[in-house]
Amino acid sequence: MKPICFGLILLALAAVLETSPTIGQTDKKEKDGKWETADGTPTYQIGSDGTVDWYTFSGFRRYHSECHVCHGPDGEGSTYAPGLIGSLKTMSYADFMLVVASGREVVRADKQSKMPALGDNPNVMCYVDDIYVYLKARADGAFPRGRPAKLVEKSASAEAAEKACFGGK
Amino acid sequence: MHRHALAGVLLGTAALAAPAQASKDVLDRTGDPNQWVIQTGDYGNQRYSKLDQINRDNVKNLKVAWTFSTGVLRGHEGSPLVVGDIMYVHTPFPNIVYALDLKNEGKILWKYEPKQDPSVIPVMCCDTVYRGLAHADGTIYLHQADTTLVALDAQTGKEKWKVVNGDPKKGETNTATVLPVKDKIIVGISGAEFGVRGHVTAYDAKTGKQLWRAYSLGPDSETLFDPEKTTSLGKPVGKDSSLKTWNGEQWKIGGGTAWGWFSYDPETNLFFYGTANPSTWNPVQRAGSDGKPIDQKWTMSVIARDVDTGQARWAYQMTPFDEWDFDGVNEMILADIDVKGQKRKALVHFDRNGLGYTLDRVTGELLVAEKFDPAVNWTSGVVMDKNSPQYGRPQVVKQYSTFQTGQDKNTKGVCPAALGSKDQQPAAFSPRTNLFYVPTNHVCMDYEPFRVSYTAGQPYVGATLSMFPAPGSHGGMGNFIAWDAGQGKIAWSKPEQFSVWSGALATGGGLVFYGTLEGYIKAVDEKDGKELFKFKTPSGIIGNVMTFSHGGKQHIAVLSGVGGWAGIGLAAGLTNPTDGLGAVGGYAGLRDYTALGGTLTVFTLP
Repeated sequence: MKPICFGLILLALAAVLETSPTIGQTDKKEKDGKWETADGTPTYQIGSDGTVDWYTFSGFRRYHSECHVCHGPDGEGSTYAPGLIGSLKTMSYADFMLVVASGREVVRADKQSKMPALGDNPNVMCYVDDIYVYLKARADGAFPRGRPAKLVEKSASAEAAEKACFGGK
Repeated sequence: MHRHALAGVLLGTAALAAPAQASKDVLDRTGDPNQWVIQTGDYGNQRYSKLDQINRDNVKNLKVAWTFSTGVLRGHEGSPLVVGDIMYVHTPFPNIVYALDLKNEGKILWKYEPKQDPSVIPVMCCDTVYRGLAHADGTIYLHQADTTLVALDAQTGKEKWKVVNGDPKKGETNTATVLPVKDKIIVGISGAEFGVRGHVTAYDAKTGKQLWRAYSLGPDSETLFDPEKTTSLGKPVGKDSSLKTWNGEQWKIGGGTAWGWFSYDPETNLFFYGTANPSTWNPVQRAGSDGKPIDQKWTMSVIARDVDTGQARWAYQMTPFDEWDFDGVNEMILADIDVKGQKRKALVHFDRNGLGYTLDRVTGELLVAEKFDPAVNWTSGVVMDKNSPQYGRPQVVKQYSTFQTGQDKNTKGVCPAALGSKDQQPAAFSPRTNLFYVPTNHVCMDYEPFRVSYTAGQPYVGATLSMFPAPGSHGGMGNFIAWDAGQGKIAWSKPEQFSVWSGALATGGGLVFYGTLEGYIKAVDEKDGKELFKFKTPSGIIGNVMTFSHGGKQHIAVLSGVGGWAGIGLAAGLTNPTDGLGAVGGYAGLRDYTALGGTLTVFTLP
C-alpha cells in the first residue's frame, strides 16, 4: 500500500517538475472523467448547470473527513489552522503535494503550528489529486460552500484506481 | 509490650494518614467556598459555590478587578484554580503553568513550561486544548498534551515526579484534567479519531507508579468488568461483555477513549466517567460479521468503577453502535434530588446524543432519559419498560440512521450534529433550585460515511459532514437551558447566537454564570434566565466560569481564548444546504466577532 502511494507522489511530482507550474482554466483536457490543464496539472470541471466532476466531488468528501478537523469547513480556515482557499490562490500543485506528503512546521515565539506528514496515509494520498482540485475550485471561486447538488457518477476507472491504491482491499 | 504498643501506634497513624490524604485535602478545600481546587468545583461535579456576596441585586455593578495574558493563542478550556493565596493558571499546548500571588496583585510566583515535541499538535483532533490542573495535598497535577503526567510542588513549581501515560505516535494524547482521589491520581486518554483504544489509569499520588489500568474495550481481564459482579441495567453483564459486541479484532483500534470529566462518590468509593465514540465514524465498516449493527461495548457508556481496584461496578451504554459521533464523555453530575416524587442518589448526564439521563448512581438503574433540546430527531426515545428486550436502548429513526442510509450516501438533517446537543462544556447544579444549568448546541448536520483504512497515528475518521443551525428554530446555534432532571423537562431556555461552549457556574447569590463564543461573560437569574450582567472579554469563551473569595471579597474568573472544536466548526460560519447553492454566509461566522488570544479576566464588586 505504502510503496504504491509513494510511487504515485513521485510520478506526480516528476510530471509537474518537468512542465511549467502555471495553471490556466481555458485549455482543459478530459480523460476518463478526469480533467487536467494544458500542462498536465489536475483540475476541476464544473458545468454551467453546476454539475461537478466526480474527482472534485471526491475531493470535497475526503477534505471533510481528513482535513476539516483542522482547516475548517469548505477550506475556509479555523481558529486553529489556515484557510486553504487562501493558500491555493498562490500555492503550486507541486508545493501542495510536498506539504501534504511531508508536512510543515512553524515554530516562532508567537506561534507553534505543525502540519503532519500525510504521505503514509492512504485515506489522504489515494485522493490527494481530488483534494487538490476541490480546493483549487474553491480558491478560484468556482465551487460554492457546501455539498454540490449535481455531480457526475463515479466511473469504473475511478473505482479501479481506488482499489489499486488501497492495495486491492 | 511497650515496644509493641508504640509500633501499633505508629502503624495506626501511617495507615490513617497515608492512603486517604488526597481525598481529605480535596474534601476539606472543596468544602471551603473561598477556594476552587479542582476543575469541577467538587467531587460531585456540581460547579456550585455557596458564595453569595455577588447576588441578583448587585451583579450589575460587577467590574474587572485585574486581567492576565497567558501568552498563548490556542483555545483555552477549563479554569484557573485558587488554593489559599495562590491562583494557578494553565494554558493549552505548550501547557504552561503559572502560579500567581493573590496577595501581590497577581505577581508570578513561579512558571513551569514543559518541553514537548510539536508533532503532538496535529494528532490532537480539533485544537490543542487542555481542561486544566488539579490540586491535592500541596501538589499541582499537570497532564500534558503528550500524555506526560507531572506532579509539581504547589509552592515552588519544582517537579516531584513525572510519568508518561500514552504514545502520541499512535494518536494517544491528553486534553482532560485528572481526578486526585485517596492516594491515587486517575487519568484518561484522547484519540478516538485516531483509532486509539481508550483507557483510564490510576497512578500513585506520591510516586507516580502505575497502580491499575482499565480499558473501555477488550477482554474482561483488561476492561476490569466482572461477568457476575459488574451490572448493566440491573443485570450481570456476563462473560466478555465487550469482546462479543465487536467484529473480529476491531476493538483493538476501536476508540472509546476517556477525555471528559471524572466525578467521585466517597460513600460508595466509585468514580464515574463517560467513554467516547467507536472508531471509525463509518458505521458500515463496524457492522457485525452478519452485516447487522453490533453494540461496540463499552464505547458511548457511563462507567462506574471502584477507585481502589478499577473494577467496574456498573455501566450503561447510551448509544449502542454509534452512527453519528455522539461521544459519551460529558460530565456525570452527582446530586441527591427528587426523581418522580422519590429522593434518589442520582447521577445526571447530558449526552452529546441530545438526551438528558438521570440514573441511580449506586445501582446504575436508569430513571429518566429525555431530550434536552426539542430539535433532537435521530431517536424517538429510550425504552423505559423493564420487561422489554429493548429496555434502556434508544430507538433509532430510520430516516436519520447513517447506517441504514448506507455508506457513500448522504443522510440529511440529523439533529444534533456530531458536536452534540452539548459537548464537554460542563453544566452546573444548584441545590437552591434543584435545577441543572446546561450550555447547549443547537446545530444539525448532513452525514456521509465512507470506507477508510487504518494507519497508526493518522486520522481514522471515515465520514464527511456539514453542519447548520437547527432548522425551524430561532436561527441561533445555541441555547442556555435550565433542566429539571427529576422530570426530564426544560424549565427555561435562553437562545444564543452561537453554541454555548463555556462551563457554567451556579452560586449562592442566586446567579448562574456562563461565557459565549463572541466573548461575553453573562450572569442570569437562576429562576428564569433573565440576563442581569454581561461584559465582553478579549476573545471568545470556551473556558469554564469559576468563583473564589480573597481578602473578604468574592471574585468571578474566566479564561477567554477562542478555539477548540467550536473555533474550527464555527469560525467561518455555517451554511444551510437547504438554502441551495450560493447561499454563502447566511449564518454568522465567529471570525466576524472575535480573534485568538488567551486572557484571564477576574471580576469583583467595586
